[in-house]
Amino acid sequence: MANVTEVKPQRQSQSQQGSPAQMLLALVGFIVTLAVIWFGFIFLRNSQETMHKLVSTVIAIVWGVGGVAALFVSANFLAEQFGDTIKSFLRPFIFVGPAVFMLGWFLFLPTVRTLYLSFFNADTSQFVGIQNYIFAFTDRTMLEAFRNNLIWMFFGTSGCVVFGLIIAVLADRSKFETVAKALIFMPMAISFVGAGVIWRFVYYYAPPGETQIGLLNAMVTFLGGEPKAWTSLIQPANNLFLVVIMIWLQTGFAMVIFSSAIKGISADILEAARVDGANEWQTFFRIIIPTIQSTILTVTTTILIFSLKIFDVVMVMTGGQYGTHVIATQFYRQLFTYRDFGRGAAIAMILLIVISPVIVYNLRQLNQQEGFR
Amino acid sequence: MSSIAQPKRGPSARRDQFLASLFVNGVLALICLVWTIPTIGVLVSSFRDREEISRSGWWTIFPHSEYVKVDTITLDRQTPLDQPINIPSLGITLSNEQLQAGYTLDDGRQVMWESRRQRTIAVQNKQIVSNTNFTLDNYRSVLTGKTRTVDGQEQDDAGTNFGNAFLNSVAVAVPSTVIPILLAAFAAYGFAWMRFPGRKILFTIIVALLVVPLQLALVPIMRDFMQLEINGTFLAVWLAHTGFGLPLATYLLYNYISELPREILESAFIDGATPFTTFVRLVLPLSVPALASFAIFQFLWVWNDYLVALIFIGAKPNVQVLTMLLANLVGSRGQDWHLLTAGAFISMLLPLIVFFSLQRFFVRGLMAGSVKG
Repeated sequence: MANVTEVKPQRQSQSQQGSPAQMLLALVGFIVTLAVIWFGFIFLRNSQETMHKLVSTVIAIVWGVGGVAALFVSANFLAEQFGDTIKSFLRPFIFVGPAVFMLGWFLFLPTVRTLYLSFFNADTSQFVGIQNYIFAFTDRTMLEAFRNNLIWMFFGTSGCVVFGLIIAVLADRSKFETVAKALIFMPMAISFVGAGVIWRFVYYYAPPGETQIGLLNAMVTFLGGEPKAWTSLIQPANNLFLVVIMIWLQTGFAMVIFSSAIKGISADILEAARVDGANEWQTFFRIIIPTIQSTILTVTTTILIFSLKIFDVVMVMTGGQYGTHVIATQFYRQLFTYRDFGRGAAIAMILLIVISPVIVYNLRQLNQQEGFR
Repeated sequence: MSSIAQPKRGPSARRDQFLASLFVNGVLALICLVWTIPTIGVLVSSFRDREEISRSGWWTIFPHSEYVKVDTITLDRQTPLDQPINIPSLGITLSNEQLQAGYTLDDGRQVMWESRRQRTIAVQNKQIVSNTNFTLDNYRSVLTGKTRTVDGQEQDDAGTNFGNAFLNSVAVAVPSTVIPILLAAFAAYGFAWMRFPGRKILFTIIVALLVVPLQLALVPIMRDFMQLEINGTFLAVWLAHTGFGLPLATYLLYNYISELPREILESAFIDGATPFTTFVRLVLPLSVPALASFAIFQFLWVWNDYLVALIFIGAKPNVQVLTMLLANLVGSRGQDWHLLTAGAFISMLLPLIVFFSLQRFFVRGLMAGSVKG
């Protein structure tokens, strides 16, 4: 971490204040840049229907990248016209300004605005106090969503962590480590919607007596069982069949991180354990697990957050029917099916509240970093 | 681990070691197989004929024994079905039920109704076969949005234009990757190497925003976009992804840029370079690894995203991205596996190419970005 006393440019080279003409030029340049960005915005907005999309993509890249670059250049040039004090005061804001503006608009202010909205009724015309929160914690379908999210968080997270750990340990001792890790990690490149199609095909159900083209039902009937509609009819166990999809997708992430942590354990410790007569199980539980404890904690937290926000899988597989709603799909339903901004906002706030311990933890970590003391 | 000397040697120890290695590799191979089979099923099915997909499981492409029709026996059209049916050519009499279920003859052949109404009976023989009628028709259908009907005419197939959606996904993903990187790089440099009032609090907010769920931002942003009249345009998605990607981009690049050697930057300043030229000439080129990691993460995130596209692009067929089109297809034509499998594979194609060609950057980017809201 850098020690943040500013690296000051050398004075002699450019400490002169610009002439009034130059100043005017810089000001005009800056205003023109802002105008060009704004008109680019209007143009892109209005030309969507008429222009070929590849042309508009190219224009968007030029507009976005060029606009941002031009903004920095012109603002920088404007700042150069002032004396040293003002210049070095303005400069940092030129660098961080655009990003801070976007962050403020798209994440920081929305959080505050969502909090505000959550105390109002469906169309924000009337203050309702904590009614929306009472709804969120008492409504039957909401309670079902909370239950399901707990299922996701418990089984999904433990599944990913346990499988990730087992595969990492096995791969570490196998002859085809690279290939195995690539195969397990590959699902992470696939979208949830794509994964949904893949697993719908695995779970596909045809009535008894017909040819089963879904792999799972084909195996079940081959072994003499009855085919079942795995994701719909057997409630609440159908949630577990959806959780399997997340385990399939996310185990690769856990595995990759565990694998690098296991490789970091010093060979001396493992050797010492063996000399002392420890068997493989003892080595695993008494040495490997305690050594990579903090990594396990990090991975667990990450996947917990992930399973709390799970949305796409449920949307594609069941759309929340058959008792599979989760918090995020309830949010979507309140917002787009019922157009209830108040309830939607309250549900979003609940997600934030659940995640807030992680935010606090992250901030404490940041404070321990050298540069931000 | 194999390099560690084993404390005891001898035939029994060597046998134990062999068994252990067999166990490790066997279990790992089994897990890898289970992990890969769902994807292979979809890939294989996407090349199979639409009739065959619904008639037999995709695994029948492998050699297996199956009853194949070798002969047809035609009975008198008037044969009554409620009485035992005499089949003169085989010299046996069977009931209607036996012919429905299939009756095995002494020589291993099986007889079964081919068409009960026509009174034709199929004589089947058990043979080793594999269904390998592969075709590219499914891909042609989903890429052009047209299906060939029986008489050779092309017919529009609504909601399957994956060629168009592929272009839309490119149009969404490229600007949504490039623009945030540029903004974040400037900001990261500002935070790492400049001092200004508010620096600490702004950066703290960025770290806090790292794990804030997207849901929190959706309602207010949707309202803003309504006022700007850009809901349903690419512009809306570009802006949204830029905003939502910035905390991670800024944080990642900050970590990297603040670790750059101080001497390099100082010597540039001594040579009279302004912070702006230092940034463009020195910091950006030095940060390429970090930029690449984030770029890959963000590109795949946007490519695989469903929620943001669903909310800001909505139902306009002309601008739909791959994930949305695929999800809609699941909803409207969930039985048409020849379209679903080909569509799913088209949506996975680019991520898989990125995955297999840039695996190392990919892993790094995903690991760094795994907490993203």
